[in-house]
Amino acid sequence: MLALVSPALLVILLLIVLPVGWLAWQSIYHDGFTLEHYRRILSEDIYWRSFALTFEISLLVTVLALVLGYPVAYAANAVSKAWSVVILALVVLPFWTSVLVRAYAWLALLQRTGVINQFLRYLDVIGEPLALVHNTFGTVVATVHILLPFMVLPLYATMQKIPNDLMQAGASLGGSPAFTFFRVFLPLSLPGVLAGSTMVFVLCLGFYITPELLGGGRTVMVSMLVSRNVELYNQFGAASAVAVVLLLSVLLIFFVVSRFISLDRVLGQK
Amino acid sequence: MRTISPARIVLIAATALVLIYLILPVLIIVPISFSSARFLTFPPPSLSLRWYQQYFSNPAWMQATQVTLIVAAFTVVIATPLGVAAAYAISQSKLRVMRVIHMALLLPLVVPIIITAVGIFFIYARVGLVATLPGLVLANVMLGLPYVVISVLAGLQSFDPAQEMVARSLGMNRLRSFFAVTLPQIKSSVVAGAIFAFISAMDETIIALFISGGQYQPLTKRMFTALRDEIDPTIAAISTLMTAASFMLVLLASARQRKSG
Repeated sequence: MLALVSPALLVILLLIVLPVGWLAWQSIYHDGFTLEHYRRILSEDIYWRSFALTFEISLLVTVLALVLGYPVAYAANAVSKAWSVVILALVVLPFWTSVLVRAYAWLALLQRTGVINQFLRYLDVIGEPLALVHNTFGTVVATVHILLPFMVLPLYATMQKIPNDLMQAGASLGGSPAFTFFRVFLPLSLPGVLAGSTMVFVLCLGFYITPELLGGGRTVMVSMLVSRNVELYNQFGAASAVAVVLLLSVLLIFFVVSRFISLDRVLGQK
Repeated sequence: MRTISPARIVLIAATALVLIYLILPVLIIVPISFSSARFLTFPPPSLSLRWYQQYFSNPAWMQATQVTLIVAAFTVVIATPLGVAAAYAISQSKLRVMRVIHMALLLPLVVPIIITAVGIFFIYARVGLVATLPGLVLANVMLGLPYVVISVLAGLQSFDPAQEMVARSLGMNRLRSFFAVTLPQIKSSVVAGAIFAFISAMDETIIALFISGGQYQPLTKRMFTALRDEIDPTIAAISTLMTAASFMLVLLASARQRKSG
């Protein structure tokens, strides 16, 4: 049996474990051991600000995805089978569309001469085009769009397992629909909330394409620090140290979450 | 007749709005791609196929398309058997270490891709795999493996291993009994996993940004570079074609999964 897994395992070892290990090594070794790169991350403003901004954006994106995703998952669970298939299809299809294509679509929608600005000017709601993109706003709108399915699918999977009898029992004992929702349904759906939020937050921490294309150079997320240090400045040690800190943050989050729910639940989607 | 409560109306309206938000950006590129205008105007002044013509007549785009298709095809051909073998071993073996291996195979979903990309770039730079086809294929095999493993493991869950035992007790060896008894029953999940690995390779952008170059640049890398410079409607045409391809593949995969129950 070990022989059967070994080719796949070898691919994983060579193409993800070794590269990440190399990054970790490179972050502390350059003609001798040094913690210089980590000292810079802690002391230099640009690194510090970028990490803070990345966590802020990830938190905002997660909250927005939860607020938008919960009703959709709830509806998909509550309606008839046929409608549920329609709702889930509309959630899954964008999921399998290239992230790059969706970033392009948002550029087309949000830019100064884009669809939304043209429409608003046609309606005479605005005089000057709104700055909807090349800023944090555009980045957040597109990132929520891309990550929303990662919230809806685990939520839906959890809600499906909540027995309908419980809600009926709550109602027959005199609970109003709102009461049974908040006291019975919502608490039982919390594992799904945690699974979806974890995935969205963690994926957002490492997001690269949307901030790069829609952030207009002002929204410098951690992923962009990594790529700029490699591509523009040839600062391999600095890039590696930033990558290691980002990876440790992600692993720490997964570790903490795994104390509460099974990680299979978080990773099982897509 | 049942009355519809206000809460239900709010729920339906909210769901409809969110679904529009999800699907509209994917659909909006279609009219843009058929527009005759150089600049983005909506609705398009008149319909034309000029952006599709530009795409199909441009050697650089065609070469990139070829690279993408070759890489995606090789990725499927390699990742599928590796993933099926691994999923089979994980589901059949009772070894403790299999749980760890199972988690290891899901690592590509856990590690932020930007980190994997930079790490692979450093390793490839040492062994001369930067800007090569094998380099691109290997990286995409790694990214595609989790999809195959997850899909096949789900398929194996509803398969009764006793059937394979019977085949073996009747004299088939393990390999033959796998191909004769097990594989036909998990075929749908294998095909679904393979399709997801293909889409993953077709859409992969970030690793390609770091490790591809010269004549071996996939479509996504050229699109990304073009998007950074200016918004060329040719990209809308390419995006429409890519999206249509993804949609058809996903429908194919989900139809197969449904058939297997």
